[in-house]
Amino acid sequence: WVCHTPIRLRELIRTIRTARTQAEEREMIQKECAAIRSSFREEDNTYRCRNVAKLLYMHMLGYPAHFGQLECLKLIASQKFTDKRIGYLGAMLLLDERQDVHLLMTNCIKNDLNHSTQYVQGLALCTLGCMGSSEMCRDLAGEVEKLLKTSNSYLRKKAALCAVHVIRKVPELMEMFLPATKNLLSEKNHGVLHTSVVLLTEMCERSPDMLAHFRKLVPQLVRILKNLIMSGYSPEHDVSGISDPFLQVRILRLLRILGKGDDDSSEAMNDILAQVATNTETSKNVGNAILYETVLTIMDIKSESGLRVLAINILGRFLLNNDKNIRYVALTSLLKTVQTDHNAVQRHRSTIVDCLKDLDVSIKRRAMELSFALVNGNNIRGMMKELLYFLDSCDPEFKADCASGVFLAAEKYAPSKRWHIDTIMRVLTTAGSYVRDDSVPNLIQLITNSVEMHAYTVQRLYKALLDDISQQPLVQVASWCIGEYGDLLISGQCEEEEPIQVTEDEVLDVLEGLLVSNLSSPVTRGYSLTAIMKLSTRFSSVNRIKKVVSIYGSSIDVELQQRAVEYNGNDLLDLLGGNDVPVIPTTMPTKPASAGGELLDLLGDLSLGIPPMTAYNKNGLKIDFTFERANPNPNVAVITIHASNSTEADMTDFVFQAAVPKTFQLQLLSPSSNVVPALNQGTVTQVIRVLNQQKLRMRIKLTYIHKGSAVQDLAEVNNFPPQSWQ
Amino acid sequence: MIKAILIFNNHGKPRLIRFYQYFTEDMQQQIIRETFHLVSKRDDNVCNFLEGGSLIGGSDYKLIYRHYATLYFVFCVDSSESELGILDLIQVSCCSFEVFVETLDKCFENVCELDLIFHMDKVHYILQEVVMGGMVLETNMNEIVAQVEVQNRMEKSEGGLSAAPARAVSAVKNMNLPEIPRNINIGDINIKVPSLSPF
Repeated sequence: WVCHTPIRLRELIRTIRTARTQAEEREMIQKECAAIRSSFREEDNTYRCRNVAKLLYMHMLGYPAHFGQLECLKLIASQKFTDKRIGYLGAMLLLDERQDVHLLMTNCIKNDLNHSTQYVQGLALCTLGCMGSSEMCRDLAGEVEKLLKTSNSYLRKKAALCAVHVIRKVPELMEMFLPATKNLLSEKNHGVLHTSVVLLTEMCERSPDMLAHFRKLVPQLVRILKNLIMSGYSPEHDVSGISDPFLQVRILRLLRILGKGDDDSSEAMNDILAQVATNTETSKNVGNAILYETVLTIMDIKSESGLRVLAINILGRFLLNNDKNIRYVALTSLLKTVQTDHNAVQRHRSTIVDCLKDLDVSIKRRAMELSFALVNGNNIRGMMKELLYFLDSCDPEFKADCASGVFLAAEKYAPSKRWHIDTIMRVLTTAGSYVRDDSVPNLIQLITNSVEMHAYTVQRLYKALLDDISQQPLVQVASWCIGEYGDLLISGQCEEEEPIQVTEDEVLDVLEGLLVSNLSSPVTRGYSLTAIMKLSTRFSSVNRIKKVVSIYGSSIDVELQQRAVEYNGNDLLDLLGGNDVPVIPTTMPTKPASAGGELLDLLGDLSLGIPPMTAYNKNGLKIDFTFERANPNPNVAVITIHASNSTEADMTDFVFQAAVPKTFQLQLLSPSSNVVPALNQGTVTQVIRVLNQQKLRMRIKLTYIHKGSAVQDLAEVNNFPPQSWQ
Repeated sequence: MIKAILIFNNHGKPRLIRFYQYFTEDMQQQIIRETFHLVSKRDDNVCNFLEGGSLIGGSDYKLIYRHYATLYFVFCVDSSESELGILDLIQVSCCSFEVFVETLDKCFENVCELDLIFHMDKVHYILQEVVMGGMVLETNMNEIVAQVEVQNRMEKSEGGLSAAPARAVSAVKNMNLPEIPRNINIGDINIKVPSLSPF
């Protein structure tokens, strides 16, 4: 029996990299994990650090490593720096406060915060500042506060960030760090300055009192910033010729918070902001980062208007920068300021519009949003030209938003009704499939209101349909228009352009074509069927229309069928009055209640004893279902609804509609009547035939007029007796 | 706040993963995959900011990344971070790695993927001196490297985790590995040539 020395981390890495497949890698990992586990069991102190390092490597690749958590704690408790270093790292990667085991670290961290070696103290601060729970923070806040006052800059800077974490976890403890902040800004060490500013920022953001208290630091912050800009070359802090740009950015941000809404503070920083804005070298990214931060600060505080214009002009210059990152942040900032400084941003409109042609998707999106924000009554024609061109050529992900934006802008600023209609047409024909569903009713409303343009609109839409019926929103709006203004189309009344010659049959051909086309969605079919029906009042070819409607009266598509049946009671349409294709039985609305029973006789044998059920009972309206099986087709369930009314007023114009899941087929026959008499003096019956093999579910819609007001209700019917569908 | 720092190669293989917010192991791997998916389909000539994927946090979070040869460096940050500043920070971190490798082994002039692979622990330690608890700790590269060096020497004097790194690197050089070290152009951060302040 030979005791194996655990392999080194680098050896493991090398081995795993020779694996040619995922399976091979997994096998190697499992083998090594087994070895590590047994090594842990042997409580080997020498190689524990090595084993945990390997475990962390495997964890990064996505393999489970939780069995190493306790080992990390043992490493943290060790005296060796190597052990502590990897142990703390392991704890930060594998543990968090959700695991109870993490509390065991508290004592170690406490001791290490007071260790004689600053790097051990540093490890403890780092770990506490990353993952310390609220309890740990409460326990150890005092130690952190002590270290915040040390003269050791390495520890002081870490203590500052650790304090930020403590405050985030236990906000009540913020007060105790206040004394230590007193001379933080007098530090010479930039690392300490940097994290101190972060700490001050955190405190100001969390507490208005702290914010007010720290306003007195503004002069000192301004001085530090000034020194950074004006100081000679300093090799330690120089980045591309700029002294510690990171610190400058941090200070600018704190100044922003302190200056916001406060006149005195804002005034105290005006000069330095102007100085930074005009003097910062912009050829490198670092300069731009500072400039950008300066602009944001100028915009947020109460700065002089001259300074604000300067800031926006800087942003405008950024838009012309070759660096796409600069262009991106500039557009983002302009978007934030366009409401408050609209005129200043308008000056850069053409540059912004140019960004619509940028290759970068993020930049394009920003440019689009900003362009819409800049549209007004003066520039609408020019802007819309650019935006429509953008709509034509942009990626699909933009089209819906762009179309919506165009509609909104057109509605607000259209210079003429004709222009408005033309713009809508352009959007519908070029991006018609991307237009949002809710645009359709809005567009219909718009067209309705543009009375003098009806003839022109319907003509243009009709012509568009001849070209292309694939874009559903376009087809829907066009169908609706033709239904409403088909008479204007036939009579060739268009004034805006050459009127086309078209006959009733040609129009009906187009609409019928929509009904049968595979490209049409069910909603679109609904629109076109409705349009056809409406034309019965405008066209003379009523017979043709009746034929179409009756075909769709028995359609499997329940929506269409319901639409067709809805028109049944309509005087104008009298469609189902004894014509040549009577799929739906042609009972007149005023037939007595027994009509349902006659139909049942036609349909065959009575039930096999399926019990009736109450499907609906609300506000005095009660609807019972009774069941039969049809003969000769036993798969068809025949349901008779019996509607009764217990209130003291009749329910008139009563319409019962039903819908079933797609796997079913449903046929709704005509009702016996559309008046449900008061005080249970009679019932309205109606027959539903359902072809079903599964559990039956149904959604019903009831509409009626009761005591002068219209009532509508939707309900689910789920309590069908099993025998009705088995 | 920085939510996560991810370094992975052109094939999405993780080289360094550090989360500053708790995610389960599964979530972590999913985030890595999703992030790789998002950055890898970006052209090299588009900007380095991306809206974050849905997993890591929603509309307040952005991915800021740089692509150097075979490696992606990705910082996932929230709106409290300066986007341009983070780009610089990535460069600072890269420079620190570069200097670290230089002091380690004179043979490599610029940091490459192999260095990150074989010195995963050291890379973590460097990062720890740059970012702490999701916040920027130190941006002076010389400071960072000096502090890491002292700690490395302390480890070495105790015997360290494993054999001296120089030996591992030369052993690696003798193997036929599929990946070829490439140079990484760090960009405009210049640590060697002093330039005069314009003021």
